[in-house]
Amino acid sequence: MKNRNLILNILGISALFGVLRLFEAYGSEYQVRILDNMGVFITLAVSYNLVVGVCGQLHLGPNAFITIGAYTSALLTMSPAEKQMSFIITPLVWPLNVLHAPFALSLVAGGVMAALFAFLISFPVFRVRGDYLAIVTLGFGEVVRVLANALQSVTNGPLGLKGLPPRTNLWWSWGIAVLTTLLVVKLINSSYGRAMKAIREDETAAKAMGIDPFRHLVLAFMVSAFFSGVSGGLLAHLITTISPTLFTFFLTFNLLMIIVVGGLGSTTGAIVGAVLFTWGSEALRVVESDMNFGLFTIPGIPGMRMVLFSLILLLVIIFARHGVMGRGEITWNRIASGWGALAGRKSA
Amino acid sequence: MQFGGLCAVNDFSIELKPGELVGLIGPNGAGKTTVFNMITGSLKPTSGRVLWLEEDVAGLPPHYVAARGIARTFQNIRLFGDMTVLENVMVSFHFRLRSSFWEAMTGLPGYGREERRIRKDALEFLEEMGLLHLANEKASSLAYGQQRRLEIARALATRPKLLLLDEPAAGMNPPETRELAELVRELRTKYDLTILLIEHDMKFVMGLCGRIQVLDYGITIATGSPAEIQCNPDVIRAYLGGEGDGQCLR
Repeated sequence: MKNRNLILNILGISALFGVLRLFEAYGSEYQVRILDNMGVFITLAVSYNLVVGVCGQLHLGPNAFITIGAYTSALLTMSPAEKQMSFIITPLVWPLNVLHAPFALSLVAGGVMAALFAFLISFPVFRVRGDYLAIVTLGFGEVVRVLANALQSVTNGPLGLKGLPPRTNLWWSWGIAVLTTLLVVKLINSSYGRAMKAIREDETAAKAMGIDPFRHLVLAFMVSAFFSGVSGGLLAHLITTISPTLFTFFLTFNLLMIIVVGGLGSTTGAIVGAVLFTWGSEALRVVESDMNFGLFTIPGIPGMRMVLFSLILLLVIIFARHGVMGRGEITWNRIASGWGALAGRKSA
Repeated sequence: MQFGGLCAVNDFSIELKPGELVGLIGPNGAGKTTVFNMITGSLKPTSGRVLWLEEDVAGLPPHYVAARGIARTFQNIRLFGDMTVLENVMVSFHFRLRSSFWEAMTGLPGYGREERRIRKDALEFLEEMGLLHLANEKASSLAYGQQRRLEIARALATRPKLLLLDEPAAGMNPPETRELAELVRELRTKYDLTILLIEHDMKFVMGLCGRIQVLDYGITIATGSPAEIQCNPDVIRAYLGGEGDGQCLR
């Protein structure tokens, strides 16, 4: 059973990368771009779900960690000459102005920096629970945005960072998505993951069974922030221009929508949600352009996509209150038993 | 223990000898659960000490106290409802886990061995409590009596020296209660436990406990053997008011 799942995992991942290779060779630039985005959003959703879905803490500041990761990674991949040209108002502080690192290293640095910030703010954040925790983390997201605006000698203020090397491609974005998913699933299914779920289910009882909630919440928060930071680096090198207004609460809201629609606490749900969201937001572009029905034409309304998204969210909440997946997961075992039942019915 | 102006438990003192089975009884609101909360660290006593194996554990966080060998069940069942029965018990092994979180996240073989051992031990506790056939059910889908047993299994899995049971027989019918009494006796000998329990079912307490302490409005009004307690006039008055003179609790 275990070997079968391992083989199926390897086959599944190989198939995924095979499809990506085909898109890279034959797909349009537009399609590749959507897929790039999809990979990054899978990483973001899976790591965000670890805190909100698995630990049950409504953390509303992932955009802060994405910002930190994006800036850290961008400042490392820009060459010293480019940085000197960009920072026209206030020069960049030493040693950032001379540092230059390869892309892979800059992503890790972005993740580590985000995790470091997560560690520091976890002390005030996890002193409170519930609505208060949501407010504290929401506030942190705003603080980071304001700092990105104000710390001109580090972030170049409102001007942002421009002309980053477009290093994010299908392999980076999906490679990291697969790696994140494998690691996070392993963590959730381990004894540490059980402890986190126990804290979500009943913190008092978890404590009485010897579990230290603070330690485990900080752990989940840091792991989540690390991968959010890495995704921030990926996004920066995908968009190639970052500014303080890029990663606002709106991004957090989108992530929350993804994991709620997918099913809070379900990793496969987070993936399904991320795929639906990135594909859907492109597919729904139709409604924002003029639509010609022969006899009459509906003028395009910008922002109509968000109206439709809200409608979809409402429908999910009404008809599938626990999201598409609930807390269930798509596993090979479930597919096998479903397949067995189907085959059995056919032969009978 | 004081909550604002309210004195919930006053001048409480209890001494437990290893292997003893002691009952804590009293009318509703007497402060019995408050005593449990003080022992397990959920509440820090306003004054006084909780000596456990020559260490003062008063005011230590609950997870430290649990790791020092004091386990409890809850009056209003507190299971991890959305997790399976087996997972509920496996959670109790977590604080003894030797593998670091890196080993768990990368799935190194050392962690795999530990996980398999935890699973095996957890299944043994389930078998002991007659819940083995429900191992993969969601804890919240269990019947009431089974949930109570699962709470005991989960507490036992922390391998405590002192077990605190908060109304273990609440909501059980007479045959279930008798079974439970038998079980508690067996567990005490098998795991070498000291047990302190709160219970309203007099038959259960009187038949099981060697010693009983009675609380009323936060004050100890009597301690002694079941026979002494049953006919103690103060106890009768606390339970039945002035009209109970000359009667005995049964």
